[in-house]
Amino acid sequence: MSLEVIAPGALALLQDRGRFGMHRIGLTNGGPLDPEAFNACNRLLGNRSGCTAIEISFGGSHFRATLETFFCVTGAGMPLAVNGVEKPLWAVHPLAAGDTIALGFAERGCRSYLGVADGFDIEPTFGSTATVVRESIGGLGGDKLQAGDLLPFKKVSERRCFYLPPEQQPRYQDRATLRVIPGYQQAHFSRLQQRRFFSHAFTVSERCDRMGYRLEGPAITCDIDGILSEGICFGAVQIPADGQPIVLLNDRQTIGGYPKIGAVLSLDAARLAQLRPGDTVHFAPINQHAAHNALHLAHAMSGRSRLLERSP
Amino acid sequence: MELHAAGENALILYLGHDTSPAIAARVQAAGTAIEAALGSDLIDLVPSYASILVIYDPLKTDHLDVGRRLRAALAGLPPGVDLEGRSVILPVYYSAETGADLEALAARAGISIEEVISIHSGTEYRVYAIGFAPGFAYLGQVDERIAAPRLATPRLKVPRGAVAIADRQTAVYPAVSPGGWNLIGRCPTRMFDPHATPPMPVAVGDRVRFEPVSRARFLALGGELA
Repeated sequence: MSLEVIAPGALALLQDRGRFGMHRIGLTNGGPLDPEAFNACNRLLGNRSGCTAIEISFGGSHFRATLETFFCVTGAGMPLAVNGVEKPLWAVHPLAAGDTIALGFAERGCRSYLGVADGFDIEPTFGSTATVVRESIGGLGGDKLQAGDLLPFKKVSERRCFYLPPEQQPRYQDRATLRVIPGYQQAHFSRLQQRRFFSHAFTVSERCDRMGYRLEGPAITCDIDGILSEGICFGAVQIPADGQPIVLLNDRQTIGGYPKIGAVLSLDAARLAQLRPGDTVHFAPINQHAAHNALHLAHAMSGRSRLLERSP
Repeated sequence: MELHAAGENALILYLGHDTSPAIAARVQAAGTAIEAALGSDLIDLVPSYASILVIYDPLKTDHLDVGRRLRAALAGLPPGVDLEGRSVILPVYYSAETGADLEALAARAGISIEEVISIHSGTEYRVYAIGFAPGFAYLGQVDERIAAPRLATPRLKVPRGAVAIADRQTAVYPAVSPGGWNLIGRCPTRMFDPHATPPMPVAVGDRVRFEPVSRARFLALGGELA
């Protein structure tokens, strides 16, 4: 029994935490663009971390349950309604057989996570259910969700209805400062070019997707055109010949031959993935020590926010 | 050897600055040593032409510790070691039917189609890198006589198994995809099969030879002409 996709909206993908350890055969990571919202969804539902949920980009998705369970939507500000009645995000709601879920278009941010109690039952491929459409791997047959798809889950009749109080919910904005660990071919960018990169505003272009966000701003030039193709880590900032940076995200190619000036801290890449075309980005340098500390601090804080409970 | 920061949980190790079978062998040997040295602190490795991206778990270790362990592991590698790598033979049905650019490539090189086939199948290649798409292995070096630039207009659809040349590299397309390489034949061996163990017949550093086969043999080995 399952959740039926009535309309997937712009882009809906099954995702778990991502696929790791498979770069050697050319497989990328996939996984949630905004792990903070994804993890909060599973935590609110009382799921183990990393349960398969639906990543909804931009909204406009409709679903129907054929079995009772509990569900939760976290992330971008998309109006949520169950059977036409408005419901809050960042909160667990009961779902009965026949209930419909409607998500409107995002008003703030652009990625949301819809999870159910104990997650969707999807067979992993290479250790993960994460959908990477470019590779035809993960999810249901490697594809994005289509109308008529049935997403299986197990019946759950009892679950505590937690919610995250509004003051603890992230505020998605139309700008973000991305901390960058300088690295890779950094030495091939002159001091002037690095100063330009770290001091100017960039605009999110129309060409932004799960592979990467292409930004527009002053052209950043490098003293080399290309390099021998090499491994690309998450968040790497590639500068092609036109000088317009591309921040490479979850579905990036595993190797590439463009010079890179460094890599965006993952915590900030998640913020970038909530931006839309036209939004503004600044870069700020951070060294590896400080990046390491930021990751540990975020890890220590994750799962600490106090959840409140309401009667269903 | 040079070690640079890549990201919050990644270092990139450079073992050379160009492509050669010796560097490819060294990349493979270093990759094995790094896996052993980092154990469960390692999340992933991306070996490529002359570099290895090392991705570690930042909650278990940090860049200083990983850098130290990498240097120690590589210091233990005998210099100049040229590991043999596995040897893999891939059958190819070379023909106008399966290699749309075979004739043009021969004409460009000023040699016969038979010579192109004999040169392509008479060279031993190394797997320099895997990427672009799941299972896409970049093999080098192609003999200069049959090296050919990418097509000016890439094809929208290159069939699975297509054997192709771009500059001094050759590859077998693991799946149907767009592509701008020169097609010279087709290989019946699946280069990427998610249901197989292992999913790929080759790994970075392996040696590869192509063996010309007839149309009948190609079909008998499971090759597809569609």
